[in-house]
Amino acid sequence: MTAKRSITVIVNGECLTGEAEPRMLLADFLRDELRRTGTHVGCEHGVCGACTIIIDGDAVRSCLMFAVQADGAEISTIEGLATNGEMHPLQKLFSEHHALQCGFCTPGMLMTAIDLVHNSNDHSPGAIRIGMSAALCRCTGYVGIIDAVMEYARQVHGDAAVTGDETGGGRNDG
Amino acid sequence: MKPASFDHLLPTSLHEALEMLNTHAPDARPLAGGQSLVPMMNFRLARPTVLVDLNRISDLAYISDAGDHLAIGAMTRERTIENSGLVRTATPLLYDATLHIGHLPIRSRGTIGGSLSNADPAAEYPATVLALDATLVAQSVRGERTISAAEFFDGVMTTTLEPDEILTEIRMPKAPPGSGSALVEISRRHGDFALAGVAAQITLDGNSVTDIRLAACGVGPGPIRLAESEMILRERGLSDDALAAAGGAAAAATDPDGDVHATAAYRRKLAGVMTKRAVGKAAARARQSA
Repeated sequence: MTAKRSITVIVNGECLTGEAEPRMLLADFLRDELRRTGTHVGCEHGVCGACTIIIDGDAVRSCLMFAVQADGAEISTIEGLATNGEMHPLQKLFSEHHALQCGFCTPGMLMTAIDLVHNSNDHSPGAIRIGMSAALCRCTGYVGIIDAVMEYARQVHGDAAVTGDETGGGRNDG
Repeated sequence: MKPASFDHLLPTSLHEALEMLNTHAPDARPLAGGQSLVPMMNFRLARPTVLVDLNRISDLAYISDAGDHLAIGAMTRERTIENSGLVRTATPLLYDATLHIGHLPIRSRGTIGGSLSNADPAAEYPATVLALDATLVAQSVRGERTISAAEFFDGVMTTTLEPDEILTEIRMPKAPPGSGSALVEISRRHGDFALAGVAAQITLDGNSVTDIRLAACGVGPGPIRLAESEMILRERGLSDDALAAAGGAAAAATDPDGDVHATAAYRRKLAGVMTKRAVGKAAARARQSA
């Protein structure tokens, strides 16, 4: 066992300090040490996307980073989306489009979608499909999720931006 | 599913990192983006006792125009490469390869140096640097050396880097004007490792092939340069017959293992199909840009 270190992060605008051994995953640090349990832990090897959070502007897998690596970082999680008890527009759209059933994948879905819609230049339906393939859902069959994210992209960028290629621009071709 | 205990060292300069690695080799591992090493640690397939974390060494993240090539720092994130206009115009094959790597949140952290040093047989960057004859720069406390891509890979997840060395820079030759390139692959789901993939860069003069570079991933212990297929296409052009022969030669050059995802025979067949598709797509792009 290696000695614990003091780690300070800004989570959804709040400066929080906790202790972590070097081997503690960032996802576990958020949940077990900082008690921010909105971020879910699924596969723990970067495949399912449930633990996806936004660090310094980019969506990342919090199961593939150690807490010690995040010292000083600015983190956004699902807990920071709602303001004053009012759901974030993307959360409302997930509700309206029945984009969740058990809800386990939803924290990762939302954080993936936020990065995708706000930081990518390509808002074609195909690009959104490929982008959202970063997170797995085993309940809904994805149609509601894609509909919700596309509508969110329309809200943010306008209807004209969310048109065109349905296939992902040949990104998944053979 | 939790890593074994290790010590975490956080150098802020390359010099400091090399000293740390030298002190703790061979039990220390450099930690780049961690998108392969951390899952392996979570599964305890890897149990380094010391991690030398390169993520705070800002000097190792850059993309610069160096005349006939791009010099890319080993800690440059895949997402940065994907969004680089310079990469897209100067080394379009590298751009194409990047789009096939995992998913956006993986590319947010993953680095070009980490992917190459990890040398996963199915990974896209090893095939890309092999196809383009890129030069890799490694440093240790003993000094700096350059390694050709052909000499860098040394079997499954193994490179010719010494335990005290860190890959620091990748020198990617620029694509010749009028050339076209493509990386195509087949995977069960988008973002999964390729069952088979081929990277192609081609320069045409009318219908004849003046330069062609091909390398495959996912179908052997490491990336495989498809020299025989290149020769066939250089000599015979892009006729259907020549493409079929090049595909056959590519399949013959591979050495795949079968696993739960696909049999060896299927992967070998795919190598031929991917070769034909990659050449076709690269040639179409070459004609567009000519």
